[in-house]
Amino acid sequence: MKNEIKIDVKNLNIWFGKTHVIKDINLGIRPNAITAIMGPSGCGKTTLLRAMNRLNELILGSKTTGQIYVDGINIYDKDIDLYDLRRRVGMVFQKPNPFPKSIYDNVAFGPKLHGVESDKDLNLIVEKSLKEAALWDEVKDRLKKDALDLSGGQQQRLCIARALAVEPEIILMDEPCSALDPIATSKIENLMRNLAKKYTVLIVTHNMQQASRVSDYTVFLYLGKLVEFDYTKKVFENPKSELTEKYITGEFG
Amino acid sequence: MLKTNKTKKPSRLRKINDNILYILCLIGIIIAFLSLFALLAGAFRDGLPWLSFDLLTNFPSRFPEEAGLKAALFGSLWVIGLTALISFPIGIASALYLEEYAPANWFTSFIQLNIANLAGVPSIVYGILGLALFVRAVSLGRSVLSGALTMTLLILPVIIIASREAIRSIPKAHREGAYALGASQWQVTQKVVLSEAIPGILTGTILALSRAIGETAPMIAIAALVYVRFIPTSPLDRFTVLPIQIYNWMGLPQSEFRGLAAAGIMVLLAVLLAMNSIAIYIRNRYQKRAK
Repeated sequence: MKNEIKIDVKNLNIWFGKTHVIKDINLGIRPNAITAIMGPSGCGKTTLLRAMNRLNELILGSKTTGQIYVDGINIYDKDIDLYDLRRRVGMVFQKPNPFPKSIYDNVAFGPKLHGVESDKDLNLIVEKSLKEAALWDEVKDRLKKDALDLSGGQQQRLCIARALAVEPEIILMDEPCSALDPIATSKIENLMRNLAKKYTVLIVTHNMQQASRVSDYTVFLYLGKLVEFDYTKKVFENPKSELTEKYITGEFG
Repeated sequence: MLKTNKTKKPSRLRKINDNILYILCLIGIIIAFLSLFALLAGAFRDGLPWLSFDLLTNFPSRFPEEAGLKAALFGSLWVIGLTALISFPIGIASALYLEEYAPANWFTSFIQLNIANLAGVPSIVYGILGLALFVRAVSLGRSVLSGALTMTLLILPVIIIASREAIRSIPKAHREGAYALGASQWQVTQKVVLSEAIPGILTGTILALSRAIGETAPMIAIAALVYVRFIPTSPLDRFTVLPIQIYNWMGLPQSEFRGLAAAGIMVLLAVLLAMNSIAIYIRNRYQKRAK
C-alpha cells in the first residue's frame, strides 16, 4: 500500500454505556480513494464511521478512547474546533435526510452556518455543489421548490451536494444506497468514483458487490474488531483471514 | 382458494366486529354533533334578535335595549393579547430547555411530571393564586395585567406540553444532518428545531389561548369589574371580559337580559371560531412540509 495517509486511527475504542462497540482499531485511510467498511450487522461499521466526525458524541453515554489523526492532527484533542472538524469531514446518511426547505436552502444551509452571507456567493456555491453531485441539470429550473418533492435518489444526491457545499476534504457515507433502487444506486456509485478524485471517501456498506464495485480499499469488521484491511481486490480475491473468506462466500453475515 | 374453513369463520367475525366499531363511532359523533347543535340552536334562538352592531359598540346599561358588551369585548382582547405576548416566549423557552438542553436526570423528569399535573389543576385555583400573587403581593391591583398574568399561569402548562410534542416530532435525522455540517447546538435549535416546530407550537398556543378566552372562574377570582363604561387604555387599567359580562346578564331579573346573554355567547363563539380557524389554517399551511 501507498505510504500517504489522510486519516490515521490509533487504538480506537468506543463504548455505548457498557457495550464495547469498537475494539482497539488501528487503521490508515488513504487520500483520494474510496475505502469501504464492510461487515455483518451490528459489527460497529457505522460507529467507526461516525467516530471520524465525532458524531457519536451526540449519543448519551458514549465513550471514546484512542486517537484519530486527520492530516496529523488528533481530532479528539481538547482544543479542536468541533464545528470546523465537521465542516471538513462531511457526512451522508443512510436514509436521505434533506431539511423540509427548498432545494436551494438545503444546499445553502451549511455555507450560511459558517458565515457565507451574500446571495452572489451562495448562488455560486449552490450551483457548483449541485453540479458536483450530478443533480444540477435535474433541478436547475426548480431550485426554490420543496426538496421533499424530489425522488429518493435525487434527495440523496441533494444530501451529497449539501455536504459538498461546505468544502469538506473527507466524505463519510453511511450505506448511502440502502434506501434506493438499482438505477439510483448506480448513479450514486458513479458519483462516488468521481468524488474520489478530489475527496477522501469512506463508505459503510453491507452490500459486498457494492464494496467490490466501487472501493479501492476494504475494511472488514467483525464484532467491533478489525479483521482485514487491504486493497479491495486482494480482500475479495485472496483474503488473508478465514473469517473474511467465509463472509465473502456467504457462509455467515 | 382462500375460502378454506380455517379463514372463513374468523373473517366473518372480524367483519362483524368492524361493523360494530363503525356504528359505535358513528353514535359517538352524532351525540357530539347533536349536543353542539342544541347549544348553538338555543343561543341563536334567544340571541339572534339581540345581535346587532350596537351590541358591539355600546357600553353596558341597565336598559336592555341600550346595553352592549364593548367594554367586555375589548377587555377580553386586551387580556388575551397580553397573555399571548407573555406566555408564548416563556412557553417556547421552557419547551426548548426541556427537550434540547435539560440533562436527562430525575430533576428534569420531576419538572416534566409536574407540568403535566399543572395542566390538570382547576382554573379557579389559578384565579386564587393570581389574586394573592399579582393583585395583592405584587400590587398590580385588579388590572388587565393581573388578569393576563393569571391566564398565563393557567395556559403555560398546556403551551409547554404542546410545544414539546411539536419539538419531539422533528426527526433526529434532521438534527444530525445539521450537526454533521458543523452546526452548533444553538444553530441546530434555531435553524432546524424551531424552524420546523413553529407551526405546531403556534397551533398549540392558539388553542390554549382560545381556551383562556372562555375562562370565567379565574377572572371572577381576580374580580374583574362587572359594570365597566370604558375601554382599558393601559395594562394597569381595570377591565371586564366577555364571559363575566355574559354571566352577569344571565343573573339579572329582566328576561331581555337573557337574550343579551345569548347574543354575547354568539359573539364569544365567533371569537373562538376565528381563533381556531387561524390555528387550523397555520397547521394546514405547514402540514405538507412537515411530512
